[in-house]
Amino acid sequence: MLFAVFGAFPIVFSVYLSFQDWDGIGDMRFVGFKQYGWLLQDSVFWHSVLNTFEIWFLSTVPMLFLALVLAFLLHSQVRFTGVYRVAYFIPNVTSMVAMTVVFGSVFAQAGLANAVLRAIGVDGIGWLSSEWGIKSSVSLMIIWRWVGYNALIFLAGLQAIPTEHFEAARVDGANSRQTLFRVVLPQLRPVVLFAAVTSTINGLQIFTESQVLFQSTDVGTTGGPGQEGMTIVLYLWQKAFKEHQFGYGAAMGWVLFAIIAIFTVINWRLVAGSDDDRRPGIAGLLRRKGARHGR
Amino acid sequence: MLVSLFPFYWLVVLASGTTQDIYRYPPKLLPGPHLLDNMGRVLDTVDFFGSLFNTVVVAVLGTVLVLFFDSLAAFAFAKYEFPAKKFLFGMLLVTYMIPAQLSLVPQFVTMAEFGWAGSLKALIIPSAANAFGIFWMRQYAQNSLPDELLDAGRIDGAGFFRLYWTVALPLFRPALAFLGIFTFIGLWNDYIWPLVVMIDPDEVTLQVALANLNVLYNTDYSLVMAGALMSVIPLILVFLIGARHFLRDLAAGAMKM
Repeated sequence: MLFAVFGAFPIVFSVYLSFQDWDGIGDMRFVGFKQYGWLLQDSVFWHSVLNTFEIWFLSTVPMLFLALVLAFLLHSQVRFTGVYRVAYFIPNVTSMVAMTVVFGSVFAQAGLANAVLRAIGVDGIGWLSSEWGIKSSVSLMIIWRWVGYNALIFLAGLQAIPTEHFEAARVDGANSRQTLFRVVLPQLRPVVLFAAVTSTINGLQIFTESQVLFQSTDVGTTGGPGQEGMTIVLYLWQKAFKEHQFGYGAAMGWVLFAIIAIFTVINWRLVAGSDDDRRPGIAGLLRRKGARHGR
Repeated sequence: MLVSLFPFYWLVVLASGTTQDIYRYPPKLLPGPHLLDNMGRVLDTVDFFGSLFNTVVVAVLGTVLVLFFDSLAAFAFAKYEFPAKKFLFGMLLVTYMIPAQLSLVPQFVTMAEFGWAGSLKALIIPSAANAFGIFWMRQYAQNSLPDELLDAGRIDGAGFFRLYWTVALPLFRPALAFLGIFTFIGLWNDYIWPLVVMIDPDEVTLQVALANLNVLYNTDYSLVMAGALMSVIPLILVFLIGARHFLRDLAAGAMKM
């Protein structure tokens, strides 16, 4: 019952709202699909979509790769105590607002990141003022937050692989790269799928990092200089709650949902839909690549 | 591991130095002597304990409600037959997959209609039943709750609610521990929803208070950092206490997917 009110009802209501033009105070005006039409012509919206994809790609791909390597290294070590686990997981449970504030100071013009660069003789980077600086800083924050989490998930997957498989690989004279690609990855597929799907869902909903990071800068709009840090959810928030265009915000919510749904299906097909090597997929590609290296 | 912990160390360094230190080159890499000083200034600037209190109330009450409703619904889904069960469970799965941001606008409008916007109710009640928790608990209930136990309870004349309370709930304990920590952390750290719905600037949660502090005093780094440190410490303590349970079940949960 409670669930119906707060879980299902908002979804239905959201469809209704997205067909209205409403500032939250006056009367609603039915506009049909016009909100969606306006949205598709809104260059800021497309910019936010592009930014979100770029940040998602810059963060998810290195993060999953690092997590896999990390898990593999941890697995070959016998001693892996609870202290390490906690250390790996703690970035994930700490408040994003607080850590964004910390990273904001690290990436500031006179901050730690540039001080390190200066110490090794490289010019400082406009981490929070240039296009790729902004995207890299946001991505680095996401990587830091999720790499340990995914490494622990992968590690659990690794530990579920029977030791005999590793021994058999060793007896056959496989090196560690061959073991990784031919023994570990095929068996890790469900876990990789889980990690890829959750990372995508989270990655496409980035909000806090960009919002907190550029809240204080005086460029007039949210999303930082040139709005390079503007993400879909940040734009949704700005339109709905700063400019009180509730219908527009609701419509954007649905477009976001559609994007996430499409990506989830693609992920699913890439990772799970490759039961044989004829059909292309990440796992299949990796396996074939591994086979080539093996010869 | 060093990378993972370094930002926390750096937070302590920044929070215990002065604002001038932060812009110095080469940077100071060791904690300074001004920590208590800076924390004192945080207490003078914002209503830290007020927002801490709000956050604790929301996280504790929200978690209790989630544990209660989710386990109750999961118990019913796992062990009972009722009309439209399949349909309801399907609805549940659909909402599980829909991003929370989709319901941001309608949820806010609903809260405003109820007159709850700006009150802690708006942070607690809507989160009281969530699809993930019901789904997770149901999986657990199916595997860990033998039908014989329930039958034995029925012979003793126990009804639905007594069976839930005396037979099912004690057996759910490990799953409840995980879901509890998970929910608590989520409610504690939630930012976008309190930012949107807590329209009275004097009644906010820790996260929103910190973000406001960051905007208003963005030139006073050491003050903001001390605030960040103070907002992070309570949750880290909670996590360290429950960590062992949580990490084991988290990995197990991912494996089942």
